[in-house]
Amino acid sequence: MDFTLTAEQQALADSVHRFYEREYSFESRKRRLASADGFSRDLWRAIADLGWIGAALSEEDGGFGGGPIGNALIMEGFGRALVLEPFLSTAILSLQTLAHAPCSAVRDRLLEDIVAGKVLVALAHGETAANGDAEYVEAVAARRGAGWTLQGHKSLVLGSPSADVLLVTAKAEAGIGLFLVDPAAPNVRVQAYKTLDGCRVGDVWLDDVVAEEALARPGSGLAPVLRGLDHALVGVCAEAVGAMSAALTLTRDYVKLRRQFGAALSDFQAVQHRMADMLVELELSRSILYQGIAGLASPNEQRIRAISAMKAITSSAAMFVGRNAVQLHGAIGMTEDYAIGHYYRRLFVIAHLFGNESAHLDRIVRTPATFWPAVS
Amino acid sequence: MDFNIAHEIHAFRSEVREFIEAALPADISRRGRHDYHSRRDDVQRWMKILNKRGWSAPHWPAHLGGTDWSPLQRYIFQDELRRARAPVLDRCGLDLLGPVVCAFGTPEQQARHLPPILNGDLWWAQGFSEPNAGSDLASLKTRADLDGDHFIVNGQKTWTTEAHFADWIFALVRTDQVAKPQAGISFLLIDMTTPGVTRRPIWSIDGANTLNEVFFEDVRVPIANLVGQAGHGWSYAKFLLAHERTTSSVVSHTKRDIEQIRHLATLAKTPAGPLIGTHAFATKLAKLEAEVIALEWSVLRVLHASEGDAAGNSVASLLKLRGSELSERAALLAAEALGDHGVAAMPLSESDDATPKELPPIEDDEAIGVSAKAMFRRAATIYGGASEVQRTIIAKSILGL
Ligand SMILES: Cc1cc2nc3c(=O)[nH]c(=O)nc-3n(C[C@H](O)[C@H](O)[C@H](O)COP(=O)(O)OP(=O)(O)OC[C@H]3O[C@@H](n4cnc5c(N)ncnc54)[C@H](O)[C@@H]3O)c2cc1C
Repeated sequence: MDFTLTAEQQALADSVHRFYEREYSFESRKRRLASADGFSRDLWRAIADLGWIGAALSEEDGGFGGGPIGNALIMEGFGRALVLEPFLSTAILSLQTLAHAPCSAVRDRLLEDIVAGKVLVALAHGETAANGDAEYVEAVAARRGAGWTLQGHKSLVLGSPSADVLLVTAKAEAGIGLFLVDPAAPNVRVQAYKTLDGCRVGDVWLDDVVAEEALARPGSGLAPVLRGLDHALVGVCAEAVGAMSAALTLTRDYVKLRRQFGAALSDFQAVQHRMADMLVELELSRSILYQGIAGLASPNEQRIRAISAMKAITSSAAMFVGRNAVQLHGAIGMTEDYAIGHYYRRLFVIAHLFGNESAHLDRIVRTPATFWPAVS
Repeated sequence: MDFNIAHEIHAFRSEVREFIEAALPADISRRGRHDYHSRRDDVQRWMKILNKRGWSAPHWPAHLGGTDWSPLQRYIFQDELRRARAPVLDRCGLDLLGPVVCAFGTPEQQARHLPPILNGDLWWAQGFSEPNAGSDLASLKTRADLDGDHFIVNGQKTWTTEAHFADWIFALVRTDQVAKPQAGISFLLIDMTTPGVTRRPIWSIDGANTLNEVFFEDVRVPIANLVGQAGHGWSYAKFLLAHERTTSSVVSHTKRDIEQIRHLATLAKTPAGPLIGTHAFATKLAKLEAEVIALEWSVLRVLHASEGDAAGNSVASLLKLRGSELSERAALLAAEALGDHGVAAMPLSESDDATPKELPPIEDDEAIGVSAKAMFRRAATIYGGASEVQRTIIAKSILGL
């Protein structure tokens, strides 16, 4: 084991740092959030040019072989600056799902276009009734001629309002398949709305939508999606670590500056202890993130437990750090004009994304413990 | 000890419930399902109805428009209002300022200011906090200098709830620059339309505007608007805060939240049936409920405590602390009951111009505003004496540390 970054990883982390230092002031972020997409397409191209979209992919899939650590470094940096570009939805969730899908000409071209920053893809998999159970799908696929028709409702589809392509899961007799859907096709409706942190997401309705081809035929669609979700869970937990650490720094600086009762807030032991607890939560999240990344390579049950342990711990830490960061700021922490409230809202969303603490604890309970995840 | 509720109290509850059921207009009640930041016109309509019945401020002395109800009766009244999802009344006028004017105001002040509060005609804001005087309120700097029969007020208040539609503000101001911090403070009533008063909205993380900054620049306030004696403002402020010691538990609100959670979680589907029946969620809800019951019985103990009852009074100091924590937790659990849509930004009410143009697909009335409420409740442990400060008070005044 070695917990220090390699020279290449350090270079990636540094370049991510330079990126958000250059592009992400509070004001420019606010403008971007208010724009039609809720992010900047120019920055998305810049991210593609930097080679980050495919950073984690193997070289044979057109990537740079940085693996999940590469993605985690990027997401941690993005979490620190609350970056808005759809890295999680397109470059991790969709890309990893595709990368794990059976080879086909369509898949390969899509991978290439995503990595080049030419298309934005959203995975439409989750449904309201799934309650965080990643394997649950109600949407149905039926054969029609050489293709398929799809029927169903997908909720909280990240990146869907701006997506050029949707990857949709739906169930047929043989099991869950993965289908390519044009969001502008007839009978597809994307209802866009915002999450509490201001990002645009959507619910997707498919009402007898024709899908010409299955990326993965019924019965083989769930596996790639679960792998995509594993990577997305690692990504979102890395983002949480970045956001928590930025929130902690902001709070530390604030309590040193803010004076009440003739002293800096940081002089009060109650404040010091709370900040110490926040640090503990942050560092445990970082540790379990590393464990989760290691777990990605493990066999089934072990991987599920590793990933779910990571998300359960991180969800709870994100809430603790986010809530207390606002608390220690006092009323100013509640305002739109101050950064900390934005961190709290992002951390709140992250805590609930891809299954909240309860959902992942439940998943651990349901998964037989054949291994102790960290040391096998 | 006797833990039975007297027969008359049951009868009283029924009387109140029947009145509210008959009197609360249906449209107001429907909006009340998203009971968070009530609309001003709803509150005013409702207050006029209550006032006709003589019930807009039961906790005021009867001769000034209140009632002679016992503390328990007043609590039950509030509890029934929440149960019926009636609009949240003008707290600043009714709960904060009213009792101070009743106790320390001149007969002229009482005659002028109390009736419009009772009838919902005039709206008040609380001008205590300043940018540099939050927890340490006594360090406030807004000054009022005597000039003939007027005070000239200069300074700034902030975090002033509903100041954007308040007609008046009661403010703590410094009238003596040399006295010890607490001793130089006076309690002043200021008409918001006076020249020199300006306000700036503050948008909060729930996507709404309830907070404001209020600026005073050479604002002339008649000396007749001073409450009580100059330099005694701090003790009136303390009186005001003591007066809301059981309402600060917000226990009736949280009970209502629990009903809401139950409703939402019954509708929410999961692969294992309704969310309400799943182990993890059901356990969380049961725990919250048990804690709310403990809180409510603490409120009951305080309501029955006599002046010199040390045990009862020490319980009072935990009501805000624990009540605010449960209040936030309930709102967070309600958002959780919405599943994926619990992280969606949602409009607060039909009239809110902050309403996002793009709405999540939420049809149930009860679900609207739930996630925004969860964000707003983050403030519960900050306002009205932050939890850290509450703990210090408990440690010092109860434990003698
Ligand atoms: C939603 C909302 C509505 C409000 N409405 C009104 C209103 O209508 N009128 C009005 O006058 N005010 C209002 N306030 C202001 C409120 O009273 C203040 O926010 C509160 O007094 C805390 O002050 P502050 O925000 O300046 O925080 P600070 O006092 O700066 O405190 C920041 C943090 O430090 C902690 N802290 C402070 N001192 C100590 C200590 N000695 N030991 C340990 N920890 C400490 C606090 O607990 C808090 O966590 C409102 C606030 C909010 C959030």
